[in-house]
Amino acid sequence: MTRAGYVKRFSRTERVLHWVNAAGFLLLLATGLILYLPILETAVGRRPLIKDVHFWAGIGWVSALVLVALAGDRRGLLRTARELDLFDRDDRRWLRGRRAPQGRFNAGQKVNAALTAAFTILFFVSGMLLWLGERDTRFRFASTVILHDGLMFVAFALLIGHLYLALIYLATRHALRGMTLGTVSEEWAQRHHAKWRPE
Amino acid sequence: MDAEQPRRYGRGVFLATVAGGLTSLYWGKAVWSRVSSTVSPVAGDLVPLLPTQGWRIYTISGHMPSFDPATWRLAVGGRVGAPLELRYDELKALPRAEQVSTFHCVTGWTVKNVHWAGVRLHDVLAHAKPDPSGHALQFVSAEDPYVDYLTLRQASLADVMLAYEMDGKPLSRAHGAPLRLVIPEMYGYKNVKWLKAVNVVGEAGSGYWEQLGYDRDAWVGRSNGYSS
Repeated sequence: MTRAGYVKRFSRTERVLHWVNAAGFLLLLATGLILYLPILETAVGRRPLIKDVHFWAGIGWVSALVLVALAGDRRGLLRTARELDLFDRDDRRWLRGRRAPQGRFNAGQKVNAALTAAFTILFFVSGMLLWLGERDTRFRFASTVILHDGLMFVAFALLIGHLYLALIYLATRHALRGMTLGTVSEEWAQRHHAKWRPE
Repeated sequence: MDAEQPRRYGRGVFLATVAGGLTSLYWGKAVWSRVSSTVSPVAGDLVPLLPTQGWRIYTISGHMPSFDPATWRLAVGGRVGAPLELRYDELKALPRAEQVSTFHCVTGWTVKNVHWAGVRLHDVLAHAKPDPSGHALQFVSAEDPYVDYLTLRQASLADVMLAYEMDGKPLSRAHGAPLRLVIPEMYGYKNVKWLKAVNVVGEAGSGYWEQLGYDRDAWVGRSNGYSS
């Protein structure tokens, strides 16, 4: 039951998916940076162990995302995917920097969701190619490491922006409540997502 | 198209990003080699921790060897008439050689214009009097069990050296202090770090990575599945 004055924004499946994604990504980022930055590599050492943790964290990350999606509210997730896919006239105006009423997701969140999904696939494919390439030359491409590292830089920049809006920026940080407890205040929803009609 | 109609930009962004990423496996390195000289110095100024020169530090064990000048020795043995052990100061007293060369890693990254200083292999080997039955060299790292081999012919290439300086500074621990093999024509895994022994052997064996499937003759651009 939703508390008076609050509306439900994210289902349990959506929230679990978000936090599984966040936990997996942060573990991969931490272990990946130890492997990537010479200063951390020298300080921490244990490269074979860190490499194993990084690899299995990647496998676990993607497997857990698939499992949550399959075991959770699949219909709800498909509805969310359709919402994220469609950009109406107001979304396009919003992307051009104009004020325009937004639905449950604003246009920036829709772009971020599309990039995050694409990056997950590219991280997984390039990571597997790095792992397989160490074992079989057919999987070795001179650009795999550049793709994997490049993704890390862009994903890191997106993460910083995401954390700023979710934790620091006063106008938007109420959204964190939606991703933890599932609900946001009606007043906040009306102000930031005026076109959204909660069920 | 009706301007009021919602458009499927979400899947467009998703598919374009996936397609761009996957095709970059073919064009990524060429593009990066063009822009890195501009991007890397700026990134290095902004975030000094970044490996902007392009170096990655790879190790195979849990512990990176450390260098103590008081106890370190380079052993030269195997099929030689006069096995020897060189102290660090004795090694530095040998004729100094310098070169600028490009370092290629088999995983795809490259560092251009690395300034190495050290000694040529023949200046080290001459003191040990190699036996004519020896046709290859075994390079033993202090990072156990890392080892690799070169034939004498490969080792006699003009720019092969044992380097104790990199870019004007003594070789750092991460780069193999105090001494590493440098053979620019071959991928980095042949450039043994933390070198502690050079042995003259009958023929080249399989080094650490070669036992895991990498090519013994690791020529840049024409081995390990690459062709240029």
